[in-house]
Amino acid sequence: MNGQATAHSVVEASARSKWISGAIVAAYALLTITPLLWIFLTSFKTPTDSIAYPPKVISEPSFEGYCNLFTIRSRQAPEYMASLPPATNYCDKVARERDVVIAGPSKTPGRLMNSLIIGFGSTFLAVFLGTLAAYAFSRFNVRLKDDLMFFILSTRFMPPIAVAIPVYLMYRQVGMTDTHLGMILLYTAVNVSLAVWLLKGFIDEIPREYEEAALVDGYTRLQAFVKTVLPQAATGIAATAVFCLIFAWNEYAFAVLLTSGVAQTMPPFIPFIIGEGGQDWPAVAAGTTLFIIPIVCFTVLLRKHLLRGITFGAVRK
Amino acid sequence: MATSIDMTNAVPIAPISQASTSRLGGMSDRAIAWLFITPTIMLLLAINIFPLLWTIYMSFTNFKANMGWVKYRSVGVDNYVDILTDTDIWTAMQTTAHFVFWSILFEVLLGFGLALLINRKFRGHSLWTTVILLPMMLSPAVVGNFWTFLFQPQIGLFNYIVGFFSGVDPGSFQMIGDVRLAPWTIVLVDTWMWTPYVMLICLAGLRSIPDSIYEAAEVDRASAWRRFWSITLPMVMPFLMLAVLFRAIENFKMFDMVNLLTNGGPGSLTETVSITLKRAAFEKWQTGWSSALAIILFLTVFGAANIYVKVLNKVKQR
Repeated sequence: MNGQATAHSVVEASARSKWISGAIVAAYALLTITPLLWIFLTSFKTPTDSIAYPPKVISEPSFEGYCNLFTIRSRQAPEYMASLPPATNYCDKVARERDVVIAGPSKTPGRLMNSLIIGFGSTFLAVFLGTLAAYAFSRFNVRLKDDLMFFILSTRFMPPIAVAIPVYLMYRQVGMTDTHLGMILLYTAVNVSLAVWLLKGFIDEIPREYEEAALVDGYTRLQAFVKTVLPQAATGIAATAVFCLIFAWNEYAFAVLLTSGVAQTMPPFIPFIIGEGGQDWPAVAAGTTLFIIPIVCFTVLLRKHLLRGITFGAVRK
Repeated sequence: MATSIDMTNAVPIAPISQASTSRLGGMSDRAIAWLFITPTIMLLLAINIFPLLWTIYMSFTNFKANMGWVKYRSVGVDNYVDILTDTDIWTAMQTTAHFVFWSILFEVLLGFGLALLINRKFRGHSLWTTVILLPMMLSPAVVGNFWTFLFQPQIGLFNYIVGFFSGVDPGSFQMIGDVRLAPWTIVLVDTWMWTPYVMLICLAGLRSIPDSIYEAAEVDRASAWRRFWSITLPMVMPFLMLAVLFRAIENFKMFDMVNLLTNGGPGSLTETVSITLKRAAFEKWQTGWSSALAIILFLTVFGAANIYVKVLNKVKQR
C-alpha cells in the first residue's frame, strides 16, 4: 500500500514527468534569453559583422562598439591622417583603420552619471520617506489608514504621460525642467508608494516584542525604532532600495519628456547612439549591454524578494 | 507557597505596563505617526495631486503650452465631447484593446503553463526560473529599442530564425513596417517581456495550495483533469486575477516599449492611447485637449486600480 501511494503520489511528480517539465522549461529559458545573448554578442562585433547575412554567431571579437560608444570621431583628409603620430591605444588604432580620428569623448559617460545620480538620489529619498511612513502605518493606529494606503498606491497607477503634462508646466514655472533635482523628486514620488507598501510588509513581520522590550528598558519610541526596528528591517530596506533603483534606472517616459541634455538619463539616450551612415548597432548593443548588466546582477541577488516587489508586498512566497 | 509565587509575578507587571505607555522625554505615538507619514503625503500632494488638479483645470480650457502668451479661455466640456466623439481616439482605444487582450491572453497561457511545470520541482528549477525572470526586470524602452534590431528585415536575428524554420525569405517580411504584422509585433515583445510576471505570481498561487487537499482528492479517486479544474484553478484564480489586472492596467497605459519599437507606426496602426496622448500633448501642443484625454485615462486606470487593491487585500498573506 505504502509503495503504491508514493508511486502514484499526487503532490510529488514522477521522475519522468519531472524530466519532461525540466526539458520544456529549460528550452523556454534558452529561447527567452536568446535576444539578450544576441545583444551581448553584437556588442563585440565589428559594424560589418553585426549586419552580416546570415547572422554570425561567432565572429572575431572587437571592442569597436565600446570605443564608438564612448568617443566621437571625425573624418579627416588623407594627408592629415598620414601626418599623425602612430596610434597610442586600441580605440585610436581601430578608428585609424576606418580612416577617422577620435575627436573627443561622447555624451555617454555624462548620461551614465545622470542615471546614477538620479537613481541613487531618488532611491535614497524614497526609501528614507518610505521607511518612516511604513513604520507609522505598521505600528500605530493611524486614522484613515486604509484610505491613506490606497491613496499612496493609487499614485503609482497614474499614466506617466498624463502626469508629465502638468509636471512639465510646473517645472517650467519654477525652472526645474531638465534638472537632476526635478527628476529626483519625480522618481521619489513614483517610488515612495512602492517603498511604503513593501516596507510595511517587511516591518509587519518584525515582532513587536523587541520594541516593547526596548521601551521597558527606558528607550523612547524613536530610540526603539532606530535601535531595534531598523536593524531588523535591514534586509527589507535593502530589497526595497534595489527595486526603487531598478525603477529609476529603467524609467523612460518622464525622462524623454522632461529632460533633453543636462539631466538626461540612459534610456532616452541609448536609441540615439547613431554612428556614421545609419545606426551603429555594435555601439547601441554596447550601451545596452552596459545598461543591462547591473540589472541582471540585481535580479539574481533579489530573486527571493521579486514576488514581494511585483505585488507591493502582498504575496511573500 | 503557591500564593507567594503569584505575588512576586504579579507585582512587577503593573509598573512595566505603565512604563511602556508613558513616553517621558519622547514624543507621543500620535505625534510620531504624523511626523513619519506627513512628508510622504506632502510629496505625493505636490508631485501628483497638485498637477492632477491643474490638469483638471486645463482640461476645460483651450490652453496651448507652446503658446503660453496667448490668452486662453474656458471651453467648458468641449474637450471631453470632442474626445469621446473623435474616431481617431476610438481607433486608438481599439488598438490598445487588441494589444491588452492578446498580450495578456498569451502571457496567462504561457505563464500559467510554465508555473505548472516549474511547480514539479525538477532538479535545477530555481536556476531556470531566475533565467526566465530576467526580461521583466529590464527597461521597457531599452527592450523596445533592441527588438528593432532583432526585427530588421534580412539581417535581423528574429527574421532569420523564422526564415530558417519556415523557409520564408527573411528579407520578405517586416515585423515593424507591415500593416498586418505590426499589431502582433508589440504583442510578441510584450509577451516575451511579461510572461515571467504572470508565471511568478501563478507559481506563488500554486505553492499556496496545501498538499492535503490533493491527497484528499486522491482518496476520492478524482482524475488529474478533475483535480486541475476543481482544486488548482480555483485556488490559483485570485493570484491569476492579480496578475491579469496589473498587466491590464500597465498595458492599457503602455507607452515606452511601443514608442521605441514602432512609435505607433506604420501610420497610426500601433498607436496606443498613451502614444496619441504624447503626440497631442508634446508634438501638437494641444494642452487643454490632451489634459482632458489624460483625465479620461486616469479615471479608467483609477477604477481598475480600485479593483486591483481589493484583489490584493484578498490574497495578502499574513
